[in-house]
Amino acid sequence: MEGLTLSDAEQKYYADLFSYCDIDSTKKVAANGRVLELFRAAQLPHDVVLQIMELCGATRLGYFGRSQFYIALKLVAVAQSGFPLRVESINTVKDLPLPRFVASKNEQESRHAASYSSDSENQGSYSGVIPPPPGRGQVKKGSISHDTVQPRTSADQQEPASPVVSPQQSPPTSPHTWRKHGRHPSGGNNERPLAGPGPFWSPFGEAQSVPSAGDAVWSGHSPPPPQENWVSFADTPPTSALLTMHPASVQDQTTVRTVASATTANEIRRQSSSYDDPWKITDEQRQYYVNQFKTIQPDLNGFIPGSAAKEFFTKSKLPILELSHIWELSDFDKDGALTLDEFCAAFHLVVARKNGYDLPEKLPESLMPKLIDLEDSADVGDQPGEVGYSGSPAEAPPSKSPSMPSLNQTWPELNQSSEQWETFSERSSSSQTLTQFDSNIAPADPDTAIVHPVPIRMTPSKIHMQEMELKRAGSDHTNPTSPLLVKTSDLTEENKINSSVKFASGNTVADGYSSSDSFTSDPEQIGNNVTRQRSHSGTSPDNTAPPPPPPRPQPSHSRSSSLDMNRTFPVTTGQQQAGVVAHPPAVPPRPQPSQAPGPVVHRPVDADGLMTHTSTSPQQIPEQPNFADFSQFEVFAASNVNEEQDDEAEKHPEVLTVEKASDSAGSLRVAKTESKIEEKTAAGAPANVSKGTTPLAPPPKPVRRRLKSEDELRPEVDEHTQKTGVLAAVLASQPSIPRSVGKDKKAIQASIRRNKETNTVLARLNSELQQQLKDVLEERISLEVQLEQLRPFSHL
Amino acid sequence: MAVCVAVIAKENYPLYIRSVPTENELKFHYMVHTSLDVVDEKISAMGKALVDQRELYLGLLYPTEDYKVYGYVTNSRVKFVMVVDSSNTALRDNEIRSMFRKLHNSYTDVMCNPFYNPGDRIQSRTFDSMVTSMMIQVC
Repeated sequence: MEGLTLSDAEQKYYADLFSYCDIDSTKKVAANGRVLELFRAAQLPHDVVLQIMELCGATRLGYFGRSQFYIALKLVAVAQSGFPLRVESINTVKDLPLPRFVASKNEQESRHAASYSSDSENQGSYSGVIPPPPGRGQVKKGSISHDTVQPRTSADQQEPASPVVSPQQSPPTSPHTWRKHGRHPSGGNNERPLAGPGPFWSPFGEAQSVPSAGDAVWSGHSPPPPQENWVSFADTPPTSALLTMHPASVQDQTTVRTVASATTANEIRRQSSSYDDPWKITDEQRQYYVNQFKTIQPDLNGFIPGSAAKEFFTKSKLPILELSHIWELSDFDKDGALTLDEFCAAFHLVVARKNGYDLPEKLPESLMPKLIDLEDSADVGDQPGEVGYSGSPAEAPPSKSPSMPSLNQTWPELNQSSEQWETFSERSSSSQTLTQFDSNIAPADPDTAIVHPVPIRMTPSKIHMQEMELKRAGSDHTNPTSPLLVKTSDLTEENKINSSVKFASGNTVADGYSSSDSFTSDPEQIGNNVTRQRSHSGTSPDNTAPPPPPPRPQPSHSRSSSLDMNRTFPVTTGQQQAGVVAHPPAVPPRPQPSQAPGPVVHRPVDADGLMTHTSTSPQQIPEQPNFADFSQFEVFAASNVNEEQDDEAEKHPEVLTVEKASDSAGSLRVAKTESKIEEKTAAGAPANVSKGTTPLAPPPKPVRRRLKSEDELRPEVDEHTQKTGVLAAVLASQPSIPRSVGKDKKAIQASIRRNKETNTVLARLNSELQQQLKDVLEERISLEVQLEQLRPFSHL
Repeated sequence: MAVCVAVIAKENYPLYIRSVPTENELKFHYMVHTSLDVVDEKISAMGKALVDQRELYLGLLYPTEDYKVYGYVTNSRVKFVMVVDSSNTALRDNEIRSMFRKLHNSYTDVMCNPFYNPGDRIQSRTFDSMVTSMMIQVC
């Protein structure tokens, strides 16, 4: 067999036919029965068929393979063309038309043949067979119509020329006008078969450009019959009547062939332009709609109320549900009334539905109501391009009817944004939006709340500072400092000292705080205040006075603070030791500023200093006239000073322990204990004095006991008190120690003097008593001697 | 967002009820039914003379461990009930309000349809699509 060359159209056609014959889906063998049928449909003489079969080699093979089938088809075409059947003719015959098969039984074949031929060959031999209509239920009717049409066309097919016409006639139906009209209700019936069309019509339309006459003839059919049918529809459109109109419609087609070509021209034009939009309303249709509209509402610019529209469309006998949906689609502005455009859209949808078209979910673009009233618009294509936008938005824009007619084609754009806008407008209009705003504001409150606390904190910073001052002032009265002040009230100078110290410390409040911290009794409270102040100063940079310099180290570090105080109060360096500022009573006496300024100044060295002090104290003491006169103790060391030494020993460690402790409170307590010590020592002194010859142990003991009790009571920083007590006791015998610093110091010095005096007094007493004892012992001895002298005489 | 949406007529029969078809929907039906009592309670509490001032949005009717039920009443005593999944914590009150507003708008659109008889079941496709958009986010 010669190689077979097929054109594209032929290839498609043959493949399709082969698949048609391939009932077993083998894709390789065409069923003999089908092939025979096909050949029979070719309407070739039987002997020709046999010849073809021999030529293609099927008889040899016994079956129709694909190649054989193709060859056979080609031969059929050859035979139908009138060429002699020869093997060579397969490829030699040029421009062979596709084999024609009369498809009385199989419409598809003819359709396919027509379609394929239309695509490639513009011979018009089989131009455009109607493809199966898209709508359901269309197929049947389409087929029916085909049948009705085919007989006519088949008759013409015998002639090569007639096919040119017939296919045109059969589909032609197809002119797009038909197609559109097909969607019309009643009238559409005759167009049903043709109504299928859709996009397929485009090539057909082009192909039909030549045989326009036929088209014209056919197209001319469209308007009148539909109108007639429409009328019937409007009155009482029974569906059955529509169906029965089939044959009638066909008759109409055949009869009515005289139509003004003018309309055809328009239609042709429209065909080419709008083939892809099945929802376009033709002018005729529109005219019809408008007329209908007028029957209900004479004013074309007015509305049709919903009820009237309901009645009108109920006549179409469509289910209420579908009518409801049509309404949703067509009532663009959701106002319950139909404008002219909306009415036309609704009508069109009803027509389409009547013809079996499914209702779209969204309003088609072409049916969207024009914003500018274009009643006479022939430019159907100027529809606002909003295919995707649903005609029945869930959120209808608030500005509907009044603005709609005035809106331009920007409406769709507005629609696009209306959804966004609509929310805003809703918000602005409905009262609920206010609550929304409120609730929107509500979440913002936390933010403001977050902000608030800061300013809130800021504002009271001054207040806090004032409070702190008040507290300090109050603390001055309530804190242990107050007892100090109270107890030392007799020494009014102390207060002055305090205040002076405070003020002298610095001008800034912070300095005052820090200084006062060291002054005040409760370091903790002060620390709190300071910390508070720090926090406030941190959070309130602007409200308060220029933020005080970071407060000096917390007063808990009494030494450091006292260091500061030392710096601030160089005057008191002499008396400043661990933590003791204003009340360095006990400690200062020992380390003389002249002798030990270095060790005294440095707080951290205080301990060492004091250690040195303590260590050197016994050495320095004798050197320093201000110190307790340990020499006196040394005098009595052998006899009575054991206890005192113990006292010293005890007191020294006490002093040492004192050094290690925090100071600031100690100062207060020192002052406290001082007063107490004064009392006690005073009490002790008179007691001692009153006792007279009582041993010297008791006096120091009570003092010690009191010190110890005080320690027990105030274990914290009673070291200072111990210190003071020790020193007081030590210095009691000393003459007045030159003290010129601070009232407290004077008081302490005075007490020291007193103690020293009592010491001296007691010491004299002691000496006197010792002498008396000696005298007494001498007398005893003398008496014993005399006794012995006299005894020998008594023993006689 | 919503798991179940229901529209109840004035006479307390459902005009429209639709839920996410995951579990036994009967449970949602029951929840909606029980929420009607809460709705009536809230309506009556508002007072008779304050119909105008009464806010349409009722808010959270009652919460269960898995779901929260929100209510909304129109001036014609048509109730919207929405069941929301509790696990959806990001759902704020504003969003619920907006969902109810959408429901209300769609309902009015349905009402405007002359082919709709008040009291019929709502079979509007637009309404369905709107409700689907509200519910589709759940899945």
